[in-house]
Amino acid sequence: MDSVYKHSPSWKVSWLFVLLAGFSLFFSDIEIISLEPWQELKRLFMGLLTPDWSNLSEIGEAFLQTLSFAILGVAGGSLIGFLLAQIFHWRWIQVTCAFIRAIHELFWALIFLQIFGLHPLTGLLAIGLPYAATFAKVYAEILEEGDRSALQAVSRDASRVSTFFYARLPDLWQHFKTYTSYRLECGLRSSAILGFVGLPTLGYTLSSAFMEGHYSVVWALLLLFYLLIATIRYWVRPALLPVYIIAAPFIIANDSTISFDNVQRFFTEDIIPAPILRGDSLSESWHWLSDLLLNQALPGIVNTVILTQIALVASGVLTLLFFPLISTHFFKPAGRTIGHVLLVILRTTPEYILAYILLQLWGPSMLPAIVALALHNGAIIGHLIGRYSIEVQLRVDASRGLNRYFYELLPRLYGQFLAFLFYRWEIIMRESAILGILGIATLGFYIDSSIQELHFDKAMILIFITALLNVLVDSLSRYLRGKLRLRTNVDCRARNDYCTAKE
Amino acid sequence: MKFKLFLSLLFSALILFSNIAFSASPKTLVFSAIPDQDETRLKQRFGDVAKYLEKQLGIPVKYVPVKSYAAVVTAFRNDQIQLAWFGGLSGVQARLKVPGSQAIAQGVEDPKFHTYIIANHSTGLKASDEFPKGVAGKTFTFGSKGSTSGRLMPQYYIEKNMGDKVDNVFKRVGFSGNHSKTIALVQSGAYEVGAVNFKVWEKEVEEGKVDTKKVSLIWKTPAYPDYQWTIRGDVDKAWGKGFSDKVKAALIDLKDPDLLGRFPRSGFIEAKNADFQPILDTAKSIGIID
Repeated sequence: MDSVYKHSPSWKVSWLFVLLAGFSLFFSDIEIISLEPWQELKRLFMGLLTPDWSNLSEIGEAFLQTLSFAILGVAGGSLIGFLLAQIFHWRWIQVTCAFIRAIHELFWALIFLQIFGLHPLTGLLAIGLPYAATFAKVYAEILEEGDRSALQAVSRDASRVSTFFYARLPDLWQHFKTYTSYRLECGLRSSAILGFVGLPTLGYTLSSAFMEGHYSVVWALLLLFYLLIATIRYWVRPALLPVYIIAAPFIIANDSTISFDNVQRFFTEDIIPAPILRGDSLSESWHWLSDLLLNQALPGIVNTVILTQIALVASGVLTLLFFPLISTHFFKPAGRTIGHVLLVILRTTPEYILAYILLQLWGPSMLPAIVALALHNGAIIGHLIGRYSIEVQLRVDASRGLNRYFYELLPRLYGQFLAFLFYRWEIIMRESAILGILGIATLGFYIDSSIQELHFDKAMILIFITALLNVLVDSLSRYLRGKLRLRTNVDCRARNDYCTAKE
Repeated sequence: MKFKLFLSLLFSALILFSNIAFSASPKTLVFSAIPDQDETRLKQRFGDVAKYLEKQLGIPVKYVPVKSYAAVVTAFRNDQIQLAWFGGLSGVQARLKVPGSQAIAQGVEDPKFHTYIIANHSTGLKASDEFPKGVAGKTFTFGSKGSTSGRLMPQYYIEKNMGDKVDNVFKRVGFSGNHSKTIALVQSGAYEVGAVNFKVWEKEVEEGKVDTKKVSLIWKTPAYPDYQWTIRGDVDKAWGKGFSDKVKAALIDLKDPDLLGRFPRSGFIEAKNADFQPILDTAKSIGIID
């Protein structure tokens, strides 16, 4: 085409991603395997009408455990993250934190299960460690971007500690608080999910009930979980936190012990590649490694990338469909309420649980994973973009309906939309890998298989590869955002939203 | 505020670790079992077994539910459980990881255990003595990844009879998680063919939980040794000399048909580590154990 008009870089990048996703679709496995998927779906929704609270003591116990692990894990993580934030300018701290963040809580749980077994430390570290790494980064960003003018009023003799507490913290406290309480909500989701690998939290009861098709119990658990998250601002109060933190260790305590021989053996034996431990020759070792890389890592990586790219674009499409639902430019208050409820439910349900439900109904192809990831991420970004759209001022005589959507709002919001979507890219990839535990052939499938076969050396190599892949996508996303100049205005609220988008 | 928060954190950390220190010498015998069927009823299934053992042994006995086969092996290795009802494969793995541990008892049925290959009726596959080669190209589900009857043995016999890897034999290979789920999935048609523990199949058929108009048995593997009770070698040190023999005697004396039905077995007999050599050999041959 010989046109003077040139497409914007955003336009080109968007279509490049859509094409990549379309191309991936050819290689993906998106069959519905069950013969009667709709009948099962019907049974699932019948369960919604008859939630079963009869086993209240077990349900209550699962919730107490979920809460306790979340509160202690996030509290510990924020404390350590806060300390790390002070030295976050050290390069090696940044790299270490990026690497720790790149490994999903569930993978951490699988690792710590091998070291500490059923001891509560497994769950605490599985949440606390990756959260500390995330807190370190975000707290450091808050510190860096904060207003420094108060520093000028401080005497030069003041110590670093008092300078920090008197001149910096008061100004930043609100930001720390907002972000930390948001992370507690994430912590609850993480804690719930740890049950899927055997911790005594919500996921344990939920997956057991699901396995046996006790859908009334499933809904009782899910409804309570929504209630817990929806009321979070009423029960998380600064005055109550110490009480929770003191009570929680008693709740999660069990009488299992930690054997230090075990901890040592894990690091000196279990995760050392078998050929090294056996003292194999170089060619035997190479055979072991190439078998692992070719037959497990490679198909795992390919499937993880395929799933990620499809889910990313599907999330984008759903975002564009979802955001008008809560925007004042399109719906009256009644309609927007319905939109809000829908989006809250979708973003509150952890994508792992969403995928698990769909997988039970349709069988283990990529389809349930794509739908789950797209619904969850689409709801999160849709919510954020919807809020931004409200601030767009339109002329009184602006067009309505589809014209308003395509010619007025979309062009104004598109940069923001792409920025959020690229922020979620890495998260979607982390989730794609982890969904393998449910039976889709992404990296998580091979990691879980290695662990089930007690080949921790192989599992560690695969986890390492998964982390590298995440770090790679994260830096690619940062590069693209920079190239497209997507993050231009950093005011305080935008920062919080980015954190939400970025977890 | 900050200070208070810090204090409470410190305090809770102390509690957590004192809890570790005080429980360093466990007096309670803790046992677990592989989660091979209906997970919602695990506590119900084994809680009463704990009570029985408590009465027989005169010490506190506790059952802890565990989510996966590998986690039972890990807990056994970490001495967080001292006794476990293992499958053939998980038992072999556990005894390799914990030198000195002993297989002490097995079900009457366990020396001659079988896997049933079951198929949905839409496949048209019929029961036969010959290996049903018609399974090729169908969708297929194992039980748990670490299961003997639900994974190891069926994979071995399928690969032996078809002369190819299971991934190439079937259109799709899945892991249902446990035997009850395998039956449910093949019955609903989510998978066309599946491999299931013969005791769980017979029990569920007997209880009327299986719709035999939709799913039926098509082939039975040759016999192999499977489930067993395994105990750590250091229990005599903790509970006195001859303790593992006492546990063995208590298990073999277990005659209550209701309790035996939880396993489900008709009784327990003596077992020794060497009984499970065939499992180790098979696991090595298909690469699950290096």
